[in-house]
Amino acid sequence: MLDAKPTRASSAPVAESGDCRRQDALHVTIRGLSKRFADTTIYENFDLDLPRGKLISVFGPNGCGKSTLINMIAGLFPRDAGEILFDGKPLAAIKFGYVFQNYREALFPWLRAFDNVEYPLKLMGLPKPERVRRVDALVAHLDVKIDLTLYPYQLSGGQQQLVSIMRALVVEPEILFLDEPFSALDYEMTLFMRAQLQRIFMETATTTVLVSHDLEEAVYLADCILLLSRRPAHVADFVHYDAARPRTDATLSEAEFVRVKAHCLEVFQREVRKT
Amino acid sequence: MKRLTPYLPVVGVIGLLLVWTLAVWTRLIDPVLLPSPAATFRAMWTGMTSGKLGMDFVKTVERTIASTAIAAVIAIPLGILLGSSEKLYRSVEFVIDFFRSTPASAMFPLFLVLFGVGDRTKISVAAFGAALVILFNVAYGVMNARKTRILAAKVMGASPLRVLSDVTLLESLPQTFVGLRNGVSLALVIIVVAEMFIGSTDGLGQRVFEAQQLFNMPDMYAAIFAAGALGYGLNLMFLLIERRFVHWSGK
Repeated sequence: MLDAKPTRASSAPVAESGDCRRQDALHVTIRGLSKRFADTTIYENFDLDLPRGKLISVFGPNGCGKSTLINMIAGLFPRDAGEILFDGKPLAAIKFGYVFQNYREALFPWLRAFDNVEYPLKLMGLPKPERVRRVDALVAHLDVKIDLTLYPYQLSGGQQQLVSIMRALVVEPEILFLDEPFSALDYEMTLFMRAQLQRIFMETATTTVLVSHDLEEAVYLADCILLLSRRPAHVADFVHYDAARPRTDATLSEAEFVRVKAHCLEVFQREVRKT
Repeated sequence: MKRLTPYLPVVGVIGLLLVWTLAVWTRLIDPVLLPSPAATFRAMWTGMTSGKLGMDFVKTVERTIASTAIAAVIAIPLGILLGSSEKLYRSVEFVIDFFRSTPASAMFPLFLVLFGVGDRTKISVAAFGAALVILFNVAYGVMNARKTRILAAKVMGASPLRVLSDVTLLESLPQTFVGLRNGVSLALVIIVVAEMFIGSTDGLGQRVFEAQQLFNMPDMYAAIFAAGALGYGLNLMFLLIERRFVHWSGK
């Protein structure tokens, strides 16, 4: 996988890759985050800033706590210590969306796709006409071509995950979290869904945090690639990748993409080999 | 070949009737003990349309439905309550499992003392048995609600009460129907046994018992088949209700 220019990438990684740690427009600030599971320390005094309006992918060795990180940021898991603020506000004060890996278990099978998307608006106490208007607007905005009168189990895996993403977006979140959203899909559907996610991101410019176990995907979709070390996790690198959007299959063979991916792979391998 | 698949269950029925006819015809079994299918169904037809069998059938249906309804009204809310706290359920699990394993028929004398001879005893013993089965299933349905789905509702900002009403209850519905189907089957068994012995004058159990005492074999088989049809019908009814209201079950 390491291609023709590994040494060049490693000689001056930060300068060449660009660094997402030096961003002006911050959105999320994480300070002193700590998390232990039983005897294992996953995070110890972990600091991180996430830039606004970027698509940030999180990549790292198995079990380093990629999902744990976004689950703590999104409040799914409690944290042992530390502070996470969104523009200085706590999670309870903001609107956010979360997309689970397992769409089959995350959607409500007793509701039609439309009602699934509408559900968070119902929780917000919006009246029915307003809810319908907002779902319709989202469907039109994203140009979604799914029959939303069907039940989730009548849709394909990709369509179900698209419904999940719409359910997360309908509240107009300030930040969107996706936990390995495409890893349960076949390759064809994964490619389609990457394109969909990119389009959604271009349309909404919502700060998006995507956990991925596929380096190609992590680089291809992202503005910033957060590379985590083995646990206790720290930021091994926070790589900037600013290829123009929309990115296409051709992007995958561009020199810049190949270089950034090679650099990320090298950082990753270095972290994996550490004992 | 594929078009024939829906008719496959008929094969077993025809097979049974053939073996039965053959057994009667060859006198393999004493015709006094085993009347022909025709004689049995004639007895069933006249019994259901004009004789006592129809009335007994209705009586048994009433008792079974009443006991299942009482069981459901008590056990479903209780099951939800117990299931929503795993600690609570674990602390009463042994008691539930113990009485669920106790043959309900062993409780007849106790209930006789409590309620006297009559419908109240029959219905309450059956309700007791069915309630434990339903309770156990509902509680497990609630406890085994998909964690991701509950988390999804929480992350969207649902209050604990909303999570219960919008997610957990619906999640537990398929298992609740399993409980209801098992419960109604058990209630029927208990009712029929009770009708045989506890000072009864009517009901399918009484009909089977009486026909046997009078050595009226066609009537006895007819009553047995009527009980079988009732059990099958009740199960089917719950299955159809389930398919209508829990359309996502198993998908």
